[in-house]
Amino acid sequence: MNPQGELITTIYDYTDTDPRVLKDPESAHLVINGNKVLGMHSVPGLKVDVKELADGIDVAVDLEAGVEIAKPVHLCFGMLPETGIQKIILNVNIGSNARISLQAHCVFPRAVDVQHIMDARINIGDGARYSYFEKHVHSPGGGVKVYPKAVVKVGRKAYFKTEFELIKGRVGLIDIDYETTCEERGVVDMTARISGRDDDVIKIRETGALVGEYARGVLTSKIAVRDRARAEVYNKLSATGAHARGHVDCKEIVKDQGVATAVPIVEVHHPKAHITHEAAIGSVDNKQLETLMARGLSEDEASEIIINGLLS
Amino acid sequence: MGILQVDNLSLKLNGKNILNNLTIDFWEGHIHAVVGPNGAGKSTLAATIMGLSGYRTFEGDISLKGKSIRDLALDERARLGITLAWQEPARFEGLSIREFIRSSAAQKSNELISEMLDKVGLEPDEYMDRAVDKTLSGGERKKVELASILAMKPRVALLDEPDSGIDIESINRIFEAVRLLKEGGTTVILITHSLAVLEQAEHAFLLCQGQLVDKGAVQKIKSYFQDKCLPCPHKNIPNEEMIGGKA
Repeated sequence: MNPQGELITTIYDYTDTDPRVLKDPESAHLVINGNKVLGMHSVPGLKVDVKELADGIDVAVDLEAGVEIAKPVHLCFGMLPETGIQKIILNVNIGSNARISLQAHCVFPRAVDVQHIMDARINIGDGARYSYFEKHVHSPGGGVKVYPKAVVKVGRKAYFKTEFELIKGRVGLIDIDYETTCEERGVVDMTARISGRDDDVIKIRETGALVGEYARGVLTSKIAVRDRARAEVYNKLSATGAHARGHVDCKEIVKDQGVATAVPIVEVHHPKAHITHEAAIGSVDNKQLETLMARGLSEDEASEIIINGLLS
Repeated sequence: MGILQVDNLSLKLNGKNILNNLTIDFWEGHIHAVVGPNGAGKSTLAATIMGLSGYRTFEGDISLKGKSIRDLALDERARLGITLAWQEPARFEGLSIREFIRSSAAQKSNELISEMLDKVGLEPDEYMDRAVDKTLSGGERKKVELASILAMKPRVALLDEPDSGIDIESINRIFEAVRLLKEGGTTVILITHSLAVLEQAEHAFLLCQGQLVDKGAVQKIKSYFQDKCLPCPHKNIPNEEMIGGKA
């Protein structure tokens, strides 16, 4: 099987992706293995330029103003070999009042020593909507280091939503660094759900600056660490605009010798702005555990269900 | 024929006697009520039978079908067929009702989960994918918990205050579910201080201060509880005459 076929098959297998997606002429997609483009398809109004660099890939995505992409755009970023560095420079410009949803499948199923580096600049025009769902599949040995970094500007009345989820395999190292700025009545909504085990390391640094009036922001992190895994979550939401509203929510479950740190920072610079935060770190709730054990589940089975629920 | 025996059970919590030399024999396939005022030790008895943390150190014995379960862990007791519905059911963030019921079900099919939700009066299409979290009312969570117990098909179901915090219509659904459990062969033990719940039982045990005050037909226990316990100015202090004569 050629690399594209193999990668696509792997993605289908691991991510429950509908195999018809990449053959659908109405669905845009970009398939990259390592630092090589294996396939690409666009739709009217969406321009995707890709340059293969010596050490990575440079992707420019431009969506024309007013264009609404009906079906999710699929970005398949994979690294099938056991070792290597995948570096993606992503520049996204969403025109005003345009709408797009992206599904990123990041698949490193055999990784022993793989790095996935994403450096993104995302500009969302006034009134536009941009949703980015990033699902990762890693190798069971944890030989992956993931560095997603993004600087996001959310225009007036624009909407930015991102979800990061590891759906299979071990974390290895995940180091998320997202910085967002939100203009008047703009919305930023960022969620990360990650479960670490063994000696995995999870680092999340998300900041949201609500600079415009009535801007809104929610930063949500749901993390579980088992064995000797470590998690550090640093979420900062600041409000300088009048009537800006925001919430920082961090929940972390710790088992075994896992260590979790949460630093929710809220900063308000306007008397009419309001930001709240909630951080809870602890073991699996005993009443939840005993409820499931009273139905016949072992402690480990019950813990797994509770953690999966939290991360769902 | 007894299925669950509690023999000379005594338990202290924080140095205080909560259960005092309690001996009770629960008959197989019956609906029993353990009734008494607040603080009588009813919920402690249920927690001790189930083997919850904090209730594992006691004197006496508890046996299922003649075999002691005192050294068994909570989940081991559950796998033998004993289960408990909490007075205030737990909330599970992100866990769907479907997965919650499936985790305890004897058969894992969606059809069975739908059927159980239907039996407790929750529309399956509406509830199946909702989370067992704070978006459910107390009554809805109690129904979901009961649906999970129906799906488990236990041998012994301890239901702690099954009517607390729910409306009249829901109470009737819960009573119906209790009858369904019995029809399925489950021995039901209702932990209650409610006369309405007591009336659902076939046989009752009256507790006060961790002691068995009386046992027998529901009407007899109901009359005593209504006449002597509810108006009692010294809640949770057993009637000396009754304890001396019948405990």
